[in-house]
Amino acid sequence: MARNNEIPEVNAGSMADIAFLLLIFFLVTATIQTDMGLDRKLPPKEPSPPVPLNERNVLRVVLNKNDELMVESELLSINELRSSAVAFLDNGSDTKSCNYCGGERDPYSSENPDKAIISLNSDREASYGMYVKVQNELTAAYMKLRNRESLRLYGLEYSELEGIYNDSQTSVIDKKQIKDKITTIRNLFPMRLSEAETRQSLK
Amino acid sequence: MDYKRKKYKKLPAISTASLPDIVFILLFFFMTVTTIKDSPLLVDNELPMADQINKLDKKDRVVDIYVGKPAQELATVFGAEPKIQLDDRLAKVSDVAPYVLSQLAQKPEELRNLITVSLKVDKKVKLGIVSDIKEELRSINVLKVNYTTYEGDAVNEVY
Repeated sequence: MARNNEIPEVNAGSMADIAFLLLIFFLVTATIQTDMGLDRKLPPKEPSPPVPLNERNVLRVVLNKNDELMVESELLSINELRSSAVAFLDNGSDTKSCNYCGGERDPYSSENPDKAIISLNSDREASYGMYVKVQNELTAAYMKLRNRESLRLYGLEYSELEGIYNDSQTSVIDKKQIKDKITTIRNLFPMRLSEAETRQSLK
Repeated sequence: MDYKRKKYKKLPAISTASLPDIVFILLFFFMTVTTIKDSPLLVDNELPMADQINKLDKKDRVVDIYVGKPAQELATVFGAEPKIQLDDRLAKVSDVAPYVLSQLAQKPEELRNLITVSLKVDKKVKLGIVSDIKEELRSINVLKVNYTTYEGDAVNEVY
């Protein structure tokens, strides 16, 4: 009797079918979840005494219920918000405290980025989508200026610095250095975005 | 002549032996990039777009709050007004603070002050309900929020 001593090979032809079945299952059930967004820190609840501010150091951004934008008493489209925020923050009419500012040095606009505050007032009826757009544009304005300063001081954009800092492959020593750089840049253009009520007092 | 003809009569079959490997690679890709939703969405949730975004922290340091109109099949029961979804139920604004606190209590102690609240809000929702949620969060001193968005061009988006 002839005996087959070889182990018969398993037919792998249907393997593809099994894998496809699994693949289709995952394609159908899964949604690629977004885990990105705009980070914000809310102000603490404790009532703080009203801080008197110089009117020229405040950029008033108002969003009304029709999703229209008003910046410093002028109707503005969302496309122009970024540039006007940059112009305001970068103005630096006080030449001593802001030698790095590249703005117009308009005496009626902000003294230096440290004092400059953007006050955002939004109506309850405004849409969330528009609100995020405004937040996005204001963040972009800060990022633009931070990138510029970072490029000037360290030859790297601020966003790149943050990228390196968040990279898990960066060593601890490098991280410390980069952290210092990030703090320096942040102090040059601190993000002072207020959603508190601001009142204009008449003198 | 005869010999040659015999050789080229049939096309050689393409080996499909590596097909499973290719499919498995695809499968692993999808398995790794996707997260299976832990609670079904009860509200419409089309997030706005933004391009100045940060990546959210690790999953265990995030508490999600969904806001949007109730989904189509629930609209007859809950109406068309935007609702807040916490875990797998619809809730009122006043439920937000207790919910976040209970979520916080489940986290290990060292993570508690690193918690970010991810606000996943539909872009058509009015801002009022969002500010109410933010007030609630302020009242329990949970101050890190993230307006979760899709990545994309924000300015030219229409809705």
